[in-house]
Amino acid sequence: MAVEKKVAAYICQGCGLGERLDTAALVDVVKKEGKIQQVKPHPFLCSNAGVAMIQNDIDNEGVSHIMIGACSRRSKTDAFNFPEVAMARANLREGVIWIRPDTEEARETTQEMAEDYLRMGCAEIKTMRQPEGNPNTGTSRTLLVVGGGITGMTAALEAAKTGYPVVLVEKSGQLGGWAAKLYKRVPSHEPYKAPVDNGVADMVSAIEADPNIKVYLNATIAKTSGAPGRFQAEIATESGSTVTEDVGAIVQATGFALYDANKLPEFGYGKSPNVVDQGGLEQLAREAAERGGPILRPSDGQPVKSVVFVQCAGQRDASGTHLAYCSGHCCNTSIKQAMYFKDVNADIDTTVLYTDLRTPGNGEDFYRSGQEKGVIFTKGKVSSVEPAGNTCKVNFHDLILDDQHACIENADLVVLATGQVPNSGVNIDFKAVEGEEAAAEVEKKTISILNLDYRQGKDVPQLKYGFTDSHFICFPYETRRTGIYTAGPVRRPMDIAQAREDATGATLKAIQALENAAIGSAAHPRSGDLSYPSVRMEGCTQCKRCTVECPFGAIDEDAKGYPLMNESRCRRCGTCMGACPVRVISFENYSVDTVGSQIKAVSIPDEFSEKPRILVLACENDAYPAMDMAAMNRTEASAFVRVVPVRCLGSVNTIWITDALNSGYDGVMLMGCKHGDEYQCHFVKGSELANYRMSKIDDTLKGFNLETDRVQTYEVAITDIDRVPKLINDFEKRMFEIGMSPFKGF
Amino acid sequence: MSNSSSQAAARYNNNFLKEVEAMVEEGNWVKMCMQCGVCSGSCPTNFQAGWDHPPQEIFMMIRAGKREEVLTSQSMWMCTSCYNCIVRCPRKLPITHIMHGLANYAHRLGIAPKNQPTRHFAKLFWNNCIQTGRVNELKLSLGLYFRDGFKQGIINGLAMKDVGLGLLKAKRLNPFELFKPHGCKDQKGIHAMLKKAHEIEERRKAIKTA
Ligand code: SF4
Ligand code: SF4
Ligand code: SF4
Ligand code: SF4
Repeated sequence: MAVEKKVAAYICQGCGLGERLDTAALVDVVKKEGKIQQVKPHPFLCSNAGVAMIQNDIDNEGVSHIMIGACSRRSKTDAFNFPEVAMARANLREGVIWIRPDTEEARETTQEMAEDYLRMGCAEIKTMRQPEGNPNTGTSRTLLVVGGGITGMTAALEAAKTGYPVVLVEKSGQLGGWAAKLYKRVPSHEPYKAPVDNGVADMVSAIEADPNIKVYLNATIAKTSGAPGRFQAEIATESGSTVTEDVGAIVQATGFALYDANKLPEFGYGKSPNVVDQGGLEQLAREAAERGGPILRPSDGQPVKSVVFVQCAGQRDASGTHLAYCSGHCCNTSIKQAMYFKDVNADIDTTVLYTDLRTPGNGEDFYRSGQEKGVIFTKGKVSSVEPAGNTCKVNFHDLILDDQHACIENADLVVLATGQVPNSGVNIDFKAVEGEEAAAEVEKKTISILNLDYRQGKDVPQLKYGFTDSHFICFPYETRRTGIYTAGPVRRPMDIAQAREDATGATLKAIQALENAAIGSAAHPRSGDLSYPSVRMEGCTQCKRCTVECPFGAIDEDAKGYPLMNESRCRRCGTCMGACPVRVISFENYSVDTVGSQIKAVSIPDEFSEKPRILVLACENDAYPAMDMAAMNRTEASAFVRVVPVRCLGSVNTIWITDALNSGYDGVMLMGCKHGDEYQCHFVKGSELANYRMSKIDDTLKGFNLETDRVQTYEVAITDIDRVPKLINDFEKRMFEIGMSPFKGF
Repeated sequence: MSNSSSQAAARYNNNFLKEVEAMVEEGNWVKMCMQCGVCSGSCPTNFQAGWDHPPQEIFMMIRAGKREEVLTSQSMWMCTSCYNCIVRCPRKLPITHIMHGLANYAHRLGIAPKNQPTRHFAKLFWNNCIQTGRVNELKLSLGLYFRDGFKQGIINGLAMKDVGLGLLKAKRLNPFELFKPHGCKDQKGIHAMLKKAHEIEERRKAIKTA
């Protein structure tokens, strides 16, 4: 518990700060305007001596709140690591001297910048408390794995090896999933030359032998409630009874189904038994192996002498009728299946008709091995397959010879590469896409997999094409349901090697989530963050905006309609705080007040000084680092901006903008991550919601009689190192064009 | 030669590919082409008249069973052996050699295009050089000039006369070579060696066809 609040400030003079800035004046500002009496300049603050000075103040002087005026909060985090006190950092290095020219005429504005950042730091530290974390959350260390295929089995084995108990639920009567149906699989080790054993039997016996893994076969999840560390999974078992398991985190590995080849009558499927999909060929190959003979033509049991593989059957389809995407494994799979023939009898003609051969991973070596074995690859787009008697004629457009009427006659077997469709549950967004044309082709699934007890819906949200949610760039397994991770082909199409890697990754994230939950800390990406949103209930109007907008379904309603937080589901993005119209949601160290008071602390020059003030609210995950990196490159930027990092653009409460405009800022720039289908927002919906809220700001601006240009939202990626300074400088230019805000001095 | 319907049926089966593998120098490499087109893009002469099909296409035609089109194509005669394609092919195909192998095979079968200038020059060069073990440049160029008749020969000769005079002045051309060509030391030995090589080649090809 915080004893008495005692604030101290430290100003660094290293890294050129002492030469470029007037330290005495800075100390003065902190004392007089920041009202912090204990201010200590230091020639080299992050040195052992500097850190020891601060630590001594904490240990012996009872300092509970510190403000450090030095480099960016992203620098020297090891040195300035004082977990026992609240800390604010004023960015004088990357934020000021590194982006300003070292000239006589720039001196004044550079000094003003530094002084403002100190005023802001003082304001922030005074409105902050040190988060303490809530130990009152669940502590289950058991992992629930849903799905017993390669992905699920890998997840279970990896978790068990790490010492975490596992409950594995499989809907069918045996483990192994698709892989168990394969005669052989594509190799995943050197020398990538020949198909190898599917490896399922070994995994199954490893699972059976592991006392840490409890397996339910013929079982489904009837209900999942709770939050990380304290999920409750009700498992509907074989016997008809329901068993409840307490688990800390969940890996959903429910795999895929092959795209239904019956939708491809033009390729002869259903018209001739000699046209099969890749699954069908695996079955023929297994039968042949059991018999100890060659692969036979289904129509009359004669040995196959020529086989044609049709790639992208109903995939990479631009017409909107079939799958629009590449399933990423079927080219390698067809090469493998052609080897089933070639390895037994090199005289069998095996032709792969492809438009582009896509062999990810080490598939290139495998492809070359197929060529060496005499598998023929022909670049051509198949138009139709005509069954006649016991063979088929495959018509295609030869894309190299540009022959529209190319064909292969007398094919004994035609194999269609139809690709993967995810086995995800109910599409909770279905209503939203219902209006769209058939292209969306998102089938309405009625069977839920996780049967989540969330007000947002029964399953994990889905992205494009029905694959489950994940952040495709930064943290692929993370779903919008904290503590629930998806892995394998339910997340995106993939092969066995990738699925195993995926399972391992997701398992580690799941373990991280349950461990974090146990200490009351946030899950990725703010892992380690002990702060947590609290609601001042007296002020709450029960408007439910927070409940609806929380991207992670962390907020329910209690019986009276007040927000009820599920703490360990919360990712600490602050979106609820940005949403609340009466501003009653806050974190100990991040609140409407900590940011609002910083905004107000900036000194606003009068209308005639020709010194505009531009507020930049920058996402700390992407935009702020991009600015720091631009500063490292010494890219010059405007002296009139004052940057405040925010957890997510979603946490931006519109009151900050209104306050800024009211107090005489000339413009406001909001920088967040890309949103939409290919979002890069670390909190999925945060930047999108912010964008939506900001679209309403125009009305406010008009109400103030201000130009709408004065508030702009930008999508910024961490790589936009050159672009961000340019955006800022262009914005500054625009402010000079429009002229100073008329609200100054009121 | 097969009639057209049986030829169409042979399309896209591996018969011609197998023939090429057996009969053509380096023909076993054709299956390794991955149709990237780097060879065709790298070939400095490929866009000149006479190039019916760039190498990448020739390889595809072989796999597509287009026996006649391949063997009667001008393309492999147009290769200048610059080796650009070999250097760049990501699959390391000896493309230049395959092109020469195909040309040679078509020549042996007697179906290479008639009046193909490269083919003509190659024959001329070979016959000229095995006679004495040395290339007689005067005879070689005259043979080439007079290929299309006496009148055309004179015209060609006149067109090249400045070059000829220059060579004469620089003592790089001796008119008496026309009558008394000088040879290498052991002409008999050369002839014996070539005969032996020819025998070996025939034997090897006979085994392959068998
Ligand atoms: S892996 Fe190959 S066959 Fe499958 S969709 Fe992609 S390109 Fe088409
Ligand atoms: S909006 Fe963000 S901070 Fe608020 S409850 Fe949800 S996850 Fe937590
Ligand atoms: S948004 Fe604010 S006022 Fe509305 S329900 Fe949530 S806490 Fe209450
Ligand atoms: S460069 Fe090589 S692989 Fe590419 S088309 Fe030519 S021969 Fe084939």
